[in-house]
Amino acid sequence: MFGYYLDLARRSFRHNRVLTALMVLALGLGIGASITTLTVLKLLSGDPLPQKSVRLYAPEINPLSKDSTTPAARLWEGWGNLMTYTDAMNLLHARKAARQSVMALTQAKVAPQEAGQRPFFSNGVIATSDFFAMFDAAFQYGGAWSADDDEGRAHVAVIAGFLNDKLFGGQNSVGKILRINEHDYRIVGVLKPWAPQPRFYATSLGGRGYGNGDAVFMPLQAAVVDKMNPQNVNCFDTGFDVEHLDTAPCAWVSLWVELASTADADAYKTFLSSYVAQQISLGRMHHPETNLPDLMGYLAQQRVVPDDARLQANLAFGFLLICIVNTVGLLLAKCLRRSREIGVRRALGASRGAIFAQFMVESGMIGAAGGVLGLIFAELGLWAIRHQPAEYAGLAHLDLTMFAATFVVALIASLIAGLLPAWRACVVAPAPQLKAA
Amino acid sequence: MQIHPILAALRKHKIPALLIVLEIALACAVLCNAVFMIGARISEIHLPNGVDENGISVIGVQGIDPATANADIPRDLAALREIPGVTGAAAFNMIPLGNSGWNSDIGTSPDALMAKDSPNVAEYMFTKGGPDAMGLRLLQGRFFNDAEYADSKLGGNYMPTAHVVVVTQSLAEFLWPDASALGKQIWVGKENSYTVVGVIADVLRPGENGGGVAHFHWATFMPVSAAAGIQAYVVRSAPQDRARVIRAGVARLEALSPSVVVDAKTFSEIRDKYFADTCSMVWMLALVCVVMLAVTAFGIVGLTSFWVGQRRRQIGIRRAVGANRAHILQYFQTENFLLSTAGVAVGMLLAFGINLYLMRHYQTLRMPWYYLPVSAIALWLLGQLAVLGPALRAASVPPVVATRSV
Repeated sequence: MFGYYLDLARRSFRHNRVLTALMVLALGLGIGASITTLTVLKLLSGDPLPQKSVRLYAPEINPLSKDSTTPAARLWEGWGNLMTYTDAMNLLHARKAARQSVMALTQAKVAPQEAGQRPFFSNGVIATSDFFAMFDAAFQYGGAWSADDDEGRAHVAVIAGFLNDKLFGGQNSVGKILRINEHDYRIVGVLKPWAPQPRFYATSLGGRGYGNGDAVFMPLQAAVVDKMNPQNVNCFDTGFDVEHLDTAPCAWVSLWVELASTADADAYKTFLSSYVAQQISLGRMHHPETNLPDLMGYLAQQRVVPDDARLQANLAFGFLLICIVNTVGLLLAKCLRRSREIGVRRALGASRGAIFAQFMVESGMIGAAGGVLGLIFAELGLWAIRHQPAEYAGLAHLDLTMFAATFVVALIASLIAGLLPAWRACVVAPAPQLKAA
Repeated sequence: MQIHPILAALRKHKIPALLIVLEIALACAVLCNAVFMIGARISEIHLPNGVDENGISVIGVQGIDPATANADIPRDLAALREIPGVTGAAAFNMIPLGNSGWNSDIGTSPDALMAKDSPNVAEYMFTKGGPDAMGLRLLQGRFFNDAEYADSKLGGNYMPTAHVVVVTQSLAEFLWPDASALGKQIWVGKENSYTVVGVIADVLRPGENGGGVAHFHWATFMPVSAAAGIQAYVVRSAPQDRARVIRAGVARLEALSPSVVVDAKTFSEIRDKYFADTCSMVWMLALVCVVMLAVTAFGIVGLTSFWVGQRRRQIGIRRAVGANRAHILQYFQTENFLLSTAGVAVGMLLAFGINLYLMRHYQTLRMPWYYLPVSAIALWLLGQLAVLGPALRAASVPPVVATRSV
């Protein structure tokens, strides 16, 4: 029966070429727009470390001065887990979590080996040793530096694979010396490609939310000695000197911790509160609020996904809705025009169910065609987005799920659009139609 | 034209009529909001910026040795001024629309500092010659004198030791709405106070900084002597000389200090880069509007054509009993007008609702009322245009159709 319905649908399409083309085109446009924006939205709101994110937490405290009236929740929206060097180091050295790392971003001036070549700036991360293990950054050569290197202010560095390719032609460069900001750092590790999207650890530190990974990683304490400038410095009290950022009343490092279970997270939250209470009693801090969002909660708090991307997705779905209403109208027009044919089929013994099925098959076919067209439009749309200046542009590709989703959306959209016309078709009374003929 | 028979006929075709109304309503709602968003973004792109946008180039040097910066920067600037065609050069700490910069909460008294609404402003600092190099336009008061530049050192708290400041007109009006800003004090932290000596035409901040368009012009300008951190060189020349000036400038600076990284752009490039996302959003919104209107129009054409086809006999009968072509044409046009009106009415409510939703969840402002009637008129016109083809075909139905049985 299905094959017969397909054949009927094909005949009907051939009969009304323009109308059919219009329906397929409208549906294809709506689906193309929706899938394009959904792909971007999925990319932007993705989980940067899927196997790990539930165990990563961002401790947030309120270091502001006594007379500050900023509510803690608003402060965290802007600052996230940014804190002063003193607080971050105190929390790090307490070692209350399975892993913990304090970090900041810096622009690192890297001097190439060959004489005569000009130095260049690369995105640098200055962090403590747990950074790599905690954030699942795997090594191609060598490994991370140790906690002793942190405390000993050792001049060691980990570099990204792409920087290793650029500087050392992809050879094992462990043990080589890299000149960074006029200081010598010994390379101890080379990373495999590592660039979580969104760059969750960079958002509060003044870095881009998406895009390529960082190039150079150095121990935080050594970088402080070398006076590397952090990318984001927020000072909240007077009388500071940026020459001594480690003691200044300025928030410029962030802390991430790894906790094995929610029970551990509760324990860590208690610890965080007691730390703040202790600092308040010492007169160093003045606000007792603390917060411990997990990674995905943190990304939601920081509103990492640009508003424009969400607006575009909403708009695209509004557009798809209009296309569906349009298809309902056109399908209805088509099927009412065929009342006589339906009357004949009914008189010859077709049941209402059969008529209903026939028209649903017809709209399903429009949906399938709209899906194919939508896929072409989506690829076109993503191609256009890849040529946009946005920092996430290069990542916009249709993946397998979205490929499948295109057809599911197309089929569902067309079947919804087909419901009303098919129902109208199957309630056509055969007798008047035959009489009129 | 009688409306009653049209309504009676529409009652017989409730579902197709409702579909047209629904489609117009949705199109109206989306169109209102999309056009409003386009307008908001275009006005952001066209915000006034009181600098010589077409004449300045920015040559940034990174990696200056802080120990020798106070000698290196004047040497670099002297080299830049020697390039033929350069009419001004100075070092700035940051550039309008440059996307990274120094900001502070300020107050008009030490006590006003911690108030909840103490404004956050962008703090431009520049060496001698800055106003000329950037092309700042003085409205009241004066710029700085040589002594003020020379005596002002950049402190460890990133604030200059000078005690004078120039503010933008928008900031002056916000801080002192009823009085002249000249001679007033600005406090940045409890130990730094600055006296306003001049007011200049509005200049944009390096970035929007979360304050929205309303705060985009809040900026202060202070004199400072050469120091590490004040290392974006602004070079002014005739627009057609910029490319040559940049090439010559980069070559000279690279020759002067082999260890710095030099990066040069014209201000036009900086502006384009800053607004690139906004521009592409505008194009995307415009494209969606056009395609959506086209889809809606084709939907109306399709349904009305079907309608006309179905009513050929009735039309023939009307023609046979005396209606002329104009009557038939008017009939379909009036019918479409009624449907459009219903759609637009629902659509305006929907548009208003969507705007409220966007205001709650996004940084969207309230849509001015006039977007609603303008969209309504656009959709009325679209409806009339779409119905014209089918209606003309209806009008050309000959009366003889009435006499045929099929």
